[in-house]
Parts: sequence; C-alpha cells; structure tokens
Amino acid sequence: MKNSKKYFPATIKLTALLLILFVFGVAGCSKRDKQNPQNKKSITIKGSDTMVHLMSTLAEAFMKKNPEVMISITGGGSGTGIAALINGTTDVCASSRDMQQKEKELAKEKNILAIEKTIAYDGIVIIVHPDNPIKDISMEQLKKIYTGAYKNWKELGGPDHPLNVLSRESNSGTYVFFQEHVLNKENYAPTVKLMPASSSIVQSVSADKWSIGYVGLGYTKEGNIKVIPVKKNDTSPAIIPTHDTVLDKTYSIARPLFLYFNGEPAGNNKIFLDYALSPEGQKIVEETGYIALK
Amino acid sequence: MNKQRLKSKIIKYFLQSCGSLSIIIVLLIFLFLLKEAFPFIVSPGINELFHNVWNPVSFQKEEFGIIPLITGSVLVTILATLIAIPFGIIGAVYISEVASPKEREFLKPFIEILAGIPSVVLGFFGLVVIAPLIKQLFDINTGLTALTGAVLLAFMAIPTIMSISEDAIKSVPTIYKEASLALGASKLETIWKVIVPAALSGIVASVMLGMGRVVGETMAVMMVTGNAPVISMNPFTSVRTMTATIAAEMGEVTIGSEHYMALFWVGIVLLIMTFSLNMISYRVLKKYGMIDK
Repeated sequence: MKNSKKYFPATIKLTALLLILFVFGVAGCSKRDKQNPQNKKSITIKGSDTMVHLMSTLAEAFMKKNPEVMISITGGGSGTGIAALINGTTDVCASSRDMQQKEKELAKEKNILAIEKTIAYDGIVIIVHPDNPIKDISMEQLKKIYTGAYKNWKELGGPDHPLNVLSRESNSGTYVFFQEHVLNKENYAPTVKLMPASSSIVQSVSADKWSIGYVGLGYTKEGNIKVIPVKKNDTSPAIIPTHDTVLDKTYSIARPLFLYFNGEPAGNNKIFLDYALSPEGQKIVEETGYIALK
Repeated sequence: MNKQRLKSKIIKYFLQSCGSLSIIIVLLIFLFLLKEAFPFIVSPGINELFHNVWNPVSFQKEEFGIIPLITGSVLVTILATLIAIPFGIIGAVYISEVASPKEREFLKPFIEILAGIPSVVLGFFGLVVIAPLIKQLFDINTGLTALTGAVLLAFMAIPTIMSISEDAIKSVPTIYKEASLALGASKLETIWKVIVPAALSGIVASVMLGMGRVVGETMAVMMVTGNAPVISMNPFTSVRTMTATIAAEMGEVTIGSEHYMALFWVGIVLLIMTFSLNMISYRVLKKYGMIDK
C-alpha cells in the first residue's frame, strides 16, 4: 500500500475527478430544470420565419424592461414551431397560419392544449423582377401559376419566357397559408422551387428576371424587386398591399399572425403576451413592417 | 505484481471499448433509424415510398414517393463526380509527379483549406456567384439547377480525390517509372501509360470516397439546387436531394407521424448508399494492398 500512489498518477486522478464532477453536474442541471416550469425565468419562442424579426425586436424591448426574463427565439417555419409545441420542446410557438385539424388532434393526444392569440396582421406580397412588364395579377392567375397550369409569362400577357416559380419550403406557414387561400387547397406543382427562406426568394427574384415569388410584407424593403398588385377576380381593381389595404381586407392575401401557448398563458408567458399587445408592443409591430391590430 | 496486471488489463479494455465505439455507434444509429421508420410498413404501407411524387404537406392526400429524391441525389452526385474527376486526378498527378518540392509545399495546404471550407459558406458563394454565372453561361431561366449544386459539390470532392489519388500515385514503385523512362518513353507517356494505370485502384477508391462525401452533403445543395422534387436527368432543372429534404422537413414534423417515418426511410436509403460507396472503396483499396489487412 505504500506504493499505491504510483499506480494512480496525477492524470488518472484528474480524469476521475472530472468524470465525477461531470456526472454530478448533469444530475444538478436536470434537477434544476424540473423545478416550477411556470416560474422559470426563460421563455423559448419557436416558429414562423416571417415573424422572427418581429419576435426578436419585441423580445429585445421586453428584456430591457424585464431584465430577469430571458427570451430565446428560433425560426424554422410555422410548421416547425407547431410541431415543437406539440412535442413539448418550446414554451411559445409563433405561427403565421392557424393550426390544422390534424395538428389539433395530435396535440390533444399528447395532452397539449393550444391556445391561439393574434398579435399582428401581415400581407403576403407577390414579387417579380423590376424589368418584368406585368402590371397586375389575379388570384385565379396566381393559382394557375403555382399549380403548374401556366408555364410561360405569355399566358399572363407578358413576353415569351418560361415562368420560374418560387415558393417557401413546406415547413413555412406562408407556404400552407398560400396553399389554403390562393391554391384553394390544391397541391403545388412539383416544378415549383422551394426556397429555404424568404430572403432567398428575394435574392433569387432580384437575380433572375423571369421569376415570381411570394414573401411577407416585411421583406419588401430589401432587394431589387417589384411588388405586383393583386386583383380578387378579373373585374375587381388591382390592390397594392399597404397598411390600410391589409387592415381593411381589400387586399386579398392578408393573414393574422399568431402566438400559440400550451394552456391559457400564465406567469412570464402572460406578461410577454400583454407586452406584445400593449400600445408599446404594437408600435414595434408597425416599426418592423407588420400591421398592428388596430 | 498483480496490481500491475490488473491495471494493464483495465487500460486494455478501456482502449478496446474506445476502438469499438464507432462500430457500436453505427449499429445503434442504424437500429434507431429502423425503429423509427418501421411503423410505416404497417400503415400506410411500404409501397407508398415507391411513388413518383413527394408531397408531404397537402390538403388532399400526402404523398411520400422518394423516387424523385433519389434521382435528385443521383443526378447531382454523378454530375459532381464527373466534374471533380479530371481536376482531382490531374491535380494529383501534377503534385506527385511534375511539381517541384517547393510548389508541392505551396499547393498542398491550399487543397486542405478547400477541404475545410464550411459547406454553408460554399453554399452562399454558390447562390451569389455560381448560380448567376451558370444562368448566363447556358442562357437559362434560373441559376438554381442540379448543375450549380454539382459544381459546388465538386469543390468538396476534389480535395478528397486529390489527396488519396496522390498517395496512390506515390506508392507506385519507382522501378516502373525508371524502366519506362529507360525504354525511351517520354515523361508524359510514363505518367499516363505506366504510373496512372498502376495507381488506378487507389484512384478509383478516391473517386468512390469523394462520391460518398458528395451524396451526404446537405447545406450547399439545399441552398442552390432549387429543391423542386421532380424526376429529371437534365442538369439544367431543379432537383431536390434526399439530404436537403431531411434537413428542410425534419424540424416541422410531429414525432411519430407518417411524414416523420417517411423521412427516416429517406435517411435509411441515404445511409445504405453512402455505406455501399464506402464499402466498395474499402474493398478496392484492400484488394490492391493499400490498406493493411
């Protein structure tokens, strides 16, 4: 036993010590996380890419007033956020579309009661390259473009060039909203290009002359793009998406933006929701390019 | 010294478990994929996977045909390999046979840097630089095509092909070269007719490994191929690869849904593809004695 020190050199001892610390550390962490989920000082918000800019600006202003609360925001798409709410991996879900029946059933199976709160409005804007001579577009034409019935700008009264149709990925709320309200629940044509983010649609439309794409109102400030006014049907006037036309619903592709909670919001979740709906929060909504509730 | 023996035994087992860790991890991953994907066979049935339409989000009927995704991956991989082979092999020949030692010292680190560029950076470069270039060059509607993705992936495969081919060429015995030169063959003839054929097995293996890298690459292809799930072998159309589909859609799915399981099937197909590519290259290398038995 006198020589026992030799068998355990310093490095081995150190490793063992680290291992023990690690195990205890992990145990400690998991213990702390389980305490009082309602009173914890952090909120995770996941979901709509359209709303990421809005949510992060709101959260920044909120954290300045309530420094004890940490808010972390991730995008990924409304579908991603709703799935995360159902899977229990986020506190709040930001979504630019409402939950589908199927998702509600899944949530019920997992004992999640999704409560929906509208915090702002948004218009979906149809964008093309500035050199494109097209003046306006009707809902019917949009449907034909995205379901693949139209393949050439000629069919829309434009020059003889094939259409390059751009859409968001299927995890996007804008994708599903567009499918529901513009395509009347029909399927997108397989030739439609699915872009990973709204900014890549803007980027691609400004680079490729004969592209058409859709993005949220907040994305029209950047890029070399032209916003196309939309007609409800062939005879109605072409409406440009603006604050007023979205709010009074004369613009055809307007939608509410939601926050979803698991159960009636309480604790910090409620304080945050109240802040978003307060005049101060609604002012941020307007400043970031979305449309306030009133 | 019993304690000494015990100690060495413990260390031996520790090292052994470290060594077999990767095997265990691969097996566990495969089992996990199968476990998550399996219920799909019961409902809606494995036949659903062999349809021609991938349309997982629909108000009518969701369709999980993975054929367009497979053809997308195959098209991009083949194109990328075709682009990468000449550059990779000629580069390897140059570095090992023609370049002066000084040049070699200069070139090799750059190849390593090319291998180390994060794929998202490469993807961004592709979106802003390569896509408009390809659009102009071929006078097509958009630069977001299978070809654009293939060019970017070729950038990733070239370092792999180059460095392994270079090893293969270096391991060709110098007597071959000397004999060829002594018989009056020129340097160029010696390289193409003697050295390269002698190193061919290693070169083939390097191409296979490069392909394995290309098949599994995600971020760069997702950013530049347009992601339209159409069945096409035309390099100027948009395609959707298996990797991009998993990356783009995994986040949105509810655990246990049909869409979730379909994505796991895509993952299994992908794993089998990369696994067989790696196996083939391993076999080739082993057969010609480039890996110790």
